[in-house]
Amino acid sequence: MVDRVSNGIQIKGTRDGLMVTLDEKIAWETLKESLLAQMSERAAFFQGAKVVLEIGNRVITGEQLGKLKDDLAAIGISFWAVLSQSAATEESAQTLGLATRIHTRPVERTGSKSLDSYLEGEQAIFLRKTLRSGFKVASHGHIVILGDVNPGAEIIAGGSIIVWGRLRGIAHAGAEGNEDAVVCALDLSPTQLRIADYVSISPQRKGKTQPEVAYIENQQVVAEPWVIKEH
Amino acid sequence: MAARIITVTSGKGGVGKTTTTANLAVALAMANQKVVCLDADIGLRNLDVVLGLENRIVYDVVDVVEGRCRVRQAMIRDKRLPELYLIPAAQTRDKSAVSPSDMIRLCEELSSEVDFILIDSPAGIERGFKNALAAADTVLVVTNPEVSAVRDADRIIGLVEAEEKGPAKLILNRMNFGMVKRGDMLAPEDILDLLAIELIGIVPEDEHVLISTNRGMPVALDPTSRAGIAFHNISRRLQGETVPFMDMDEKSSFFSKLGKLFGPGGN
Ligand SMILES: Nc1ncnc2c1ncn2[C@@H]1O[C@H](COP(=O)(O)OP(=O)(O)O)[C@@H](O)[C@H]1O
Ligand SMILES: [Mg+2]
Repeated sequence: MVDRVSNGIQIKGTRDGLMVTLDEKIAWETLKESLLAQMSERAAFFQGAKVVLEIGNRVITGEQLGKLKDDLAAIGISFWAVLSQSAATEESAQTLGLATRIHTRPVERTGSKSLDSYLEGEQAIFLRKTLRSGFKVASHGHIVILGDVNPGAEIIAGGSIIVWGRLRGIAHAGAEGNEDAVVCALDLSPTQLRIADYVSISPQRKGKTQPEVAYIENQQVVAEPWVIKEH
Repeated sequence: MAARIITVTSGKGGVGKTTTTANLAVALAMANQKVVCLDADIGLRNLDVVLGLENRIVYDVVDVVEGRCRVRQAMIRDKRLPELYLIPAAQTRDKSAVSPSDMIRLCEELSSEVDFILIDSPAGIERGFKNALAAADTVLVVTNPEVSAVRDADRIIGLVEAEEKGPAKLILNRMNFGMVKRGDMLAPEDILDLLAIELIGIVPEDEHVLISTNRGMPVALDPTSRAGIAFHNISRRLQGETVPFMDMDEKSSFFSKLGKLFGPGGN
């Protein structure tokens, strides 16, 4: 759940999408500008989101809603519903094809608001299976595998790759250019490992295998044993 | 009683699928099981040659699915082992002459008549592979102790899983323990470590296989040959017996390890 308030705008993650509640005391144009600014600032995070706008009693014209809908669409966000106590606002929303009722109204949270303790996290796909030769998994996000990645199998991630098992196939993390991506595995012995544009071939290792993490440092891929750092 | 339907397949060609199918059929028939072999390698048939039944072919599997004969008419009975039959592949047609549902219908019809249906597969992962797999309740993947064959076996095991016919069981064919000992051949434990499926048999490299194949007398007819013993052991495991893995002359720690994994006996 995402839950934040700033400049009279509250954004909550709900099952129906992002519930955006606007403070009735602030002018529409001001709210609209700061909403767009907040969302484009974190465009990657809000990308593909569906927005429900909670407007209260205020009367908003079809033209105003239409403008907002277009501006949100331009940054990859779809505006699909308006909740309002004003019949006029509901009517303007309906002429634009926006919903004015949603099934689950968000439950007002009482008690402590976890404003400063939420972690938004990032998207990952999770696979609980061994990837055999000839099989390939690709994702723009992170990839987590619970199983082995055999020689001849391939993982390509926009983000990082975590293998809870033996990584012996090909792994390409940060495939869209993210040099902060990492690759880690319980046994990191890939046929080939790439992070962003850097390529490395796994060195022959002698002795006991141990969990390792590979990342880019000084323009090259380095791997080091995974150790729990004391804080 | 419904028959067990066992498909013998591999990733790489020439690793011993046909040899395995013929010899398991012989070994099962020698154990008084009623067995029919089905050659699904349409267009490249050779199970009939390995079984020494080539000169008796009148009808083939395509004749059956296209309704030119009844199943019974296409079943060639082996004179040495009266409980062993072969339905040969067509030589002059291609794989598209038979569909996966044809294979299922055919096996259903055979199922009430025999104890085991053994299906030999063509090489590759296309239509022929799907045909061979369609009716299977057990899939045996054959590989040789070579890096490329093992890699392809891994791929096939994944495809068998994807067809929801897994987990397949593994046969390691043409094992030479002398070479393993010298470090010149992949060791069984390394192969199993990668493929992570159940091992159902190890067949040694044995020149008798080639000699007997050329004569149309599968090596399992001679249960004293090393390869013959290995095929009889697999046949017994298929019938539910626990058979220790045999010691291939060379003392190998592998077998004592396997002994622990696969029950008592060892050595
Ligand atoms: N265990 C073995 N020892 C020696 N030769 C073998 C063994 N298994 C198979 N062969 C030989 O390998 C060749 C290929 O075998 P085959 O069964 O036709 O393979 P596939 O059906 O997979 O193409 C044949 O010449 C066969 O005699
Ligand atoms: Mg063959």
